[in-house]
Amino acid sequence: MNTFDYIYLVPLIPLLMFLFLGFTAKRIKEPISGYLGTAGLLAVFILSYYTAYRYFFVDGIVDGKFQQIRVMVKEGWIHFTDKLAIDIGIIIDPISVMMLVVVSTVSLMVHIYSLGYMHKDTGFSRFYAYLSLFTFSMLGLVLASNLFLIYIFWELVGVSSYLLIGFYFEKPSAVSASKKAFIVTRFADMFFLIGILMVGYFGQSFDFMTLNSDSTISMINSWIQNHQIFSFLGLSIFTYALIFVFIGGMGKSAMFPLHIWLPDAMEGPTPVSALIHAATMVVAGVYLVARLFPLYYHIEGGAALRFVAIVGTFSALFAAIIALTQEDIKRVLAFSTMSQIGYMMMALGVSGFDEHEGLGYMAGMFHLFTHAMFKALLFLVAGAVIHAVHSNFMDKMGGLHKHMPISSWTFLIAALAISGIPPFAGFFSKDEILTAAFEYNKVIWFVGFLVAGMTAFYMFRLYFRIFHHKNTEYEHPPHEAPWNMSFALIFLAVMTMAVGFISFSEYVSADLKPFHSHIHWGDPLVIGSILIALTGIGAAYLMYYKQTEYPAKVASGFGKVYHWTKNKFYMDELYLFVTHKIIFDKISKPIAWFDRNVIDGFMNLLGVTTENLSERIKFIQSGRLQDYAMYFVSGVVAIVMIIIYFR
Amino acid sequence: MIEGVSLFEILSLTTILFFIGVYGFLTRTNLIAMLMSLELMVNAEAVNFVAINKYLSPAILQGQVFSLFIIALAAAETALALAIILHLYRLTENIDVKEVKQLKY
Amino acid sequence: MDILTLFIVVPVLTVIVLLFVNKLEKARLIALAGMIIQLIMSINLINEYMKARAAGDHAIMLFERNVPWYSDFNANYHIGVDGVSVLMILLTTLIVIAGIFVSWKIDYMPKEFFISLIVLASGVYGFFISLDLFTMFVFYEIAVIPMYLLIGIWGSGPREYAAMKLTLMLMGASALLLVSLFGIYYYSGTNGMEPTFDLMELANRKMDFAAQKIFYPLAFIGFGTIGALFPFHTWSPDGHASAPTAVSMLHAGVLMKLGGYGIFRFIMFLMPEGALFWQDFFLILAVTGVTYGAMAAIQQTDLKYINAYSSVSHLGLVLFALLMINKTAWNGAMLQSLSHGFITALFFALIGMIYGRTHVRDITKMTGMMRIVPFLGVAYVIAALANLGLPGFSGFVAEMNIFMGGFLNNDLYKQAMTVFAVSSIVVTAVYMLRLVGRMLYGPVTTVYTNLPKAFWYEKVAIGILVLFITLIGTLPFWWLQFIQESVDNFIKPLVH
Repeated sequence: MNTFDYIYLVPLIPLLMFLFLGFTAKRIKEPISGYLGTAGLLAVFILSYYTAYRYFFVDGIVDGKFQQIRVMVKEGWIHFTDKLAIDIGIIIDPISVMMLVVVSTVSLMVHIYSLGYMHKDTGFSRFYAYLSLFTFSMLGLVLASNLFLIYIFWELVGVSSYLLIGFYFEKPSAVSASKKAFIVTRFADMFFLIGILMVGYFGQSFDFMTLNSDSTISMINSWIQNHQIFSFLGLSIFTYALIFVFIGGMGKSAMFPLHIWLPDAMEGPTPVSALIHAATMVVAGVYLVARLFPLYYHIEGGAALRFVAIVGTFSALFAAIIALTQEDIKRVLAFSTMSQIGYMMMALGVSGFDEHEGLGYMAGMFHLFTHAMFKALLFLVAGAVIHAVHSNFMDKMGGLHKHMPISSWTFLIAALAISGIPPFAGFFSKDEILTAAFEYNKVIWFVGFLVAGMTAFYMFRLYFRIFHHKNTEYEHPPHEAPWNMSFALIFLAVMTMAVGFISFSEYVSADLKPFHSHIHWGDPLVIGSILIALTGIGAAYLMYYKQTEYPAKVASGFGKVYHWTKNKFYMDELYLFVTHKIIFDKISKPIAWFDRNVIDGFMNLLGVTTENLSERIKFIQSGRLQDYAMYFVSGVVAIVMIIIYFR
Repeated sequence: MIEGVSLFEILSLTTILFFIGVYGFLTRTNLIAMLMSLELMVNAEAVNFVAINKYLSPAILQGQVFSLFIIALAAAETALALAIILHLYRLTENIDVKEVKQLKY
Repeated sequence: MDILTLFIVVPVLTVIVLLFVNKLEKARLIALAGMIIQLIMSINLINEYMKARAAGDHAIMLFERNVPWYSDFNANYHIGVDGVSVLMILLTTLIVIAGIFVSWKIDYMPKEFFISLIVLASGVYGFFISLDLFTMFVFYEIAVIPMYLLIGIWGSGPREYAAMKLTLMLMGASALLLVSLFGIYYYSGTNGMEPTFDLMELANRKMDFAAQKIFYPLAFIGFGTIGALFPFHTWSPDGHASAPTAVSMLHAGVLMKLGGYGIFRFIMFLMPEGALFWQDFFLILAVTGVTYGAMAAIQQTDLKYINAYSSVSHLGLVLFALLMINKTAWNGAMLQSLSHGFITALFFALIGMIYGRTHVRDITKMTGMMRIVPFLGVAYVIAALANLGLPGFSGFVAEMNIFMGGFLNNDLYKQAMTVFAVSSIVVTAVYMLRLVGRMLYGPVTTVYTNLPKAFWYEKVAIGILVLFITLIGTLPFWWLQFIQESVDNFIKPLVH
C-alpha cells in the first residue's frame, strides 16, 4: 500500500509550522505569521480532501468493504514487551478520513477568520503558533493507529487547549479557566490511562486493528464466559477497562459530570472556542468510542456501550436544560455543544453493528460531521458579534440584524440546522439518531425528542435576542465583520446547507460495509421531530422576537427550578467544595503538616536528643588543666590498684 | 654503682621526687610552678633510668642513652612551654590556670 | 590510561589547575573547559560503546579494568560500564556544565565553589563506573561530603541547619549501607572461598537467604535515603531549599539518582531473594512516597519546596518501578532517573534565576512573571509541562514505561498499587499548574517590572537541559536501547 504514504505530511506540516512560529514568534510581525499559518493549513486542507477523494472513491473500497489501511511511521517507538508497543502509525479508514476533513476544514476557516479577529492583538504570532500546535495534535489524534498513540495526542490537544484558553494570561479568569480545563480533563485522562493499561494487559496489543479484530474479541469474550478474568458487580474487568477509557472521553467531550470545564473554557478567544471547544477536540471522546466500537459492541454483550448511551442521553438533557437560561451567548453555545455531543454519544450507545443495525453509529458520525460545521459557524458568528459589541451578554445586544446582515443570515442558517429543520444539515443527522434511538429504547428516544425541542427553543432565543428583540443604542455603532471573517462565515454556511445531502451511510458504517439509508418523509418520527423543532422555534418567537413579559413570567413560574438551572445546578460549587474543602484542606494540608512536624520532627528529635546528651556530659571538658591532670592521675592510680588487686 | 647505696634507696628517692612533682602539678595554679613540678617528674624518671640500668644490667647502655634523650626532650619541652606561657600571658595578662579556661567544651 | 579512568582523572586535574587561580573569570573558564573535555569524552564513550556492541561484544560490562588497591580486604579498583552507566555519565556531565553556566556570576569564593562542585562530580563519575563495592562506597562518600561545604558556605536561609541535616542523614544511611556491604563481603567467604567485594564475582556466589533477609533492607534504606524513600526524605526539602542553585541542580539531578542506581546495580542484583522477600513492604513505602510527595507539594508556596516534594514523588516512582521487578518497569525506572535528572535540574536552574532577580521564592508574592522575563517564563512552563508528564517530553515516556511495567505484573496487589501511583499524574498537574498560574500568569507585579531579561549564559544552561528533555521525549527508543540490555542482564537473578 503505497497510495497513502504521503499522509504523514498532514500532521507534520502544522508541527513544523508550530516550531517555526514558536521559535520566531517575536521576530515575525503580525500579518506574516498569520499568512504562514494559513498557508500551511491550506496545504493540509488540500491534502485532506485529496485523501478523502482517493479513499472514498478510488482506493478505499475493496470487495464491497472499506479497507483499514495502516501506514507505519516509526515502528516500536517504545517497546513495552514483544507485543505491547507504542508504534507511530497512521490508520486510514472511513472515520479517520472523515475526521481529517472536519478538522482541516474547520481549522482552515478558523485560521482565516482569526486574521481579522486577532487583528492588532499583541500575541498574534503566538496565537497562530498555538493554533498550529493544536491542529497538529488533533490531526495526530484522529490518524493515530495505536491506542497509546491516541493517548499521546490526547494529552497534546489537552495542552494546546490549556494554552489557548489561557491565551490572555494576564486575565486571572482566563488563567483559572485554563487550569480548570486542564486538571478536569487530566483527571479523566487518569482513568483513560488506567483503561489503556487494562485493555493492553488483557487484549495483548495496543494496535486498533488487532484490538478490534474478531480474534481478540472472541478471546476476551471466552475468558469472560469461563470466568478466567476477574469480575466485579457482575461485570468483567475488561468492561470496566472500556468504561475507564470512555471516562477519558467523557472528560474531553464534557459529558456529565466532567463537563464543568467547558463553560469556563469560553474565556479563550472565540475562534478557539469554535475550533477546539465546539468542532474538533470536544468530539474526541465520540471519536474514541467509534474507534473502539467493535470492542464496545461485542465485549460482554455491549455492557460498556449501555453506559455510553446513558451518559450521553443524560448529558444531552442536562445541558439543554441549563442552556435554556444562560445569559452569556458563548455559554449558551457551550452547553449546546455539550448537549449535541451527548446526542452523538447516545447515537453510538444505541447503535447495532451489522449494516442497517449500525444506523446509530453512522448517525453519530454524521452528526459529528454536520455539528462541526454549524457549531463552528455559530461560534464564529458569536465571535463577530462580540467583536462588534464588546460584550458577551445578550442584554447588551439586540437589533443587530440591520447592522450585521451577513452574520445574521449565517447565524439563522446554523440555528435552523441545529434545530433540525430540513433541508439544513442538522436535520438529516439528528433525524437518523432519533430513528436509531426509537428502535433501541423508547425512553432514550423520548429524551432525545425533548432535547430536540429545547435545542430549537434556546437557539432561537439566542438568535432573536441578538439580532432582533429590541433596538439597543450602541456607543460605537456595530459594523459588519471584515472580509476574512465574513468569508469563513459564508463558507461554513454553504457547508451547513450542503453536507446534509451527502448519503453518509455509503461511506461510514460500523462494519465498514456501505449501506443505504433513506429519509422516509411520511414517517411519523420524521414529522414529529420537525414539528417539535417548529414548536421550539415558535415558542422562542413568541417570547423573544419582540420584548415581551413572557420570559419573566415563565421564570417566576418555575421558581426554584429556574435558579437551579441558571446556576448550572451548582456543579461548580460542588466541585469547589470537593477539591478545596476536602482534598486540599482535609488531605493535602494534613499531609504537609505531618511531613513538617511528625516525620521531620522525628529526625529533628534525634538531633535534639543527641545534643541534650552531650550537653549533660560536656562539663568534663572544663578547660582547667589541673582537672585533666587529676583525671589522668586518678585513672593511672585506679588501673594500678586494679592490677595489684587482681594479681 | 655507689658503694653502700642499694637500688631500693635510689628508687625510694626518685619515687618521692616524682610524687612531689605530681603533688606540685596538681596543686599549684601558677603555670611556672607547674612547669617546675613537671621538671621534677621528668628528672625523677631520668634518674630511674640511669639507676636501673647501672644496677640491673650494667653491660648495656640503653637506659643511660634514654636519660640523655629525656634531658634533651625536657629542654625542648620547657622552651616550648615557656613560649606558650609567655604568649598566654600576653593574651590574658595572667598565668593562673584557674583563671585561664578558654579551651573548654 | 584507559577510557574510564580518565573520567576521574580529568576532574582531578581540573581541580589542581583551579587551585592556582583566584579570579572568577578564570575559575569558571577552567571549570567549564574541564567539563567540556569531560563532555567530549562522554560522547566518545557512547560512541565507543555503541561500536563495541555493534561489533558483537556482549559482555555484561565493557571497558573493564581491575587493579588491586587494598589487597588485605581483597578490594580492587574494578571499573567497567554498561548502557545505563554510560547514560548516567552523560547526564552528570551535562548537568555539571549547566550548573557551571548557572553559577557564571557567583561572587563569593568562586574558586573554592568550583573545586567543591567538581570534586563532587568526580565522586559521582567514580560511583557510576565502579564494579567493586568497596570502591563504589569510597566514591559515594566523596560525592556526598562536598555537599556539606557547598550548602554550608554558599547556601541561603538556615543553611547550616540544612547542611547538617542533609549530611547527617546521608551519613546515617551510608552507615547502614556499609554494614550491609560488610555483610555481603563476609557471607561471600563462607564456603571457604576468599571473601570479595567484586560485583561480578559476587554475582556468581549465592548469598545465604537468612543473611539476605537481614542485609537487604539495610542496604535498601541506605540507598533509599539518598533516593528520597519515604519516610527518609526529609533532608531533601530543607537541603534543596538552602543549597545554591548549581548544587541543587547537581544534587537533585544526579546525586539523588545514585540511590536508584545503587539499588539497581548492586543490592537487588546481589540479594535477589531478599529483594523478593521485602518487595511488598518497600512497595508500600514507595507508593506512599509517590502520592504523599505530590499531595504535600500542593500546600507549599516556596518554589524550591514545591520542587523538592515533587522530586520525592517522582523519585518515588523510580523506587516503585524497581520494586515492580520486571523489565518494562526497570526500563522506566532508568529512563525516569535520566528524565527527572534533566527536568529537576531545569527547575532548580530557573528557580535560581528567578530568585536571583526578585530575591523572593514565595509564589504568592509574584505574578505576571511571564511578561517580565518571557524567556524564563516559557522555560518554566516547559519544565512544568515536562514534569507533569506531557508527551514529547521525557517525563511521559519514563512514566508510561513504569506504569505499564507495574501493570504487567500478574498480581492484583501490584496492579492496584500501580493504579494508586497513576493518580499522582493528576496531583502533579494540580500543583504545577497552580504554580504556573500564580507566578507566571496574571497581572504584572509592579515591583518587578525592571528586572533584567535572561542572559546568554542562562539561555545556554536552559537550552542544554530543554534539548535533552525533548530528545528523550521524542526519541525514547534510542535511549532505551542502552537501558534495555543493561536491564536484561541485571534482572536475571530476580526473574525465573
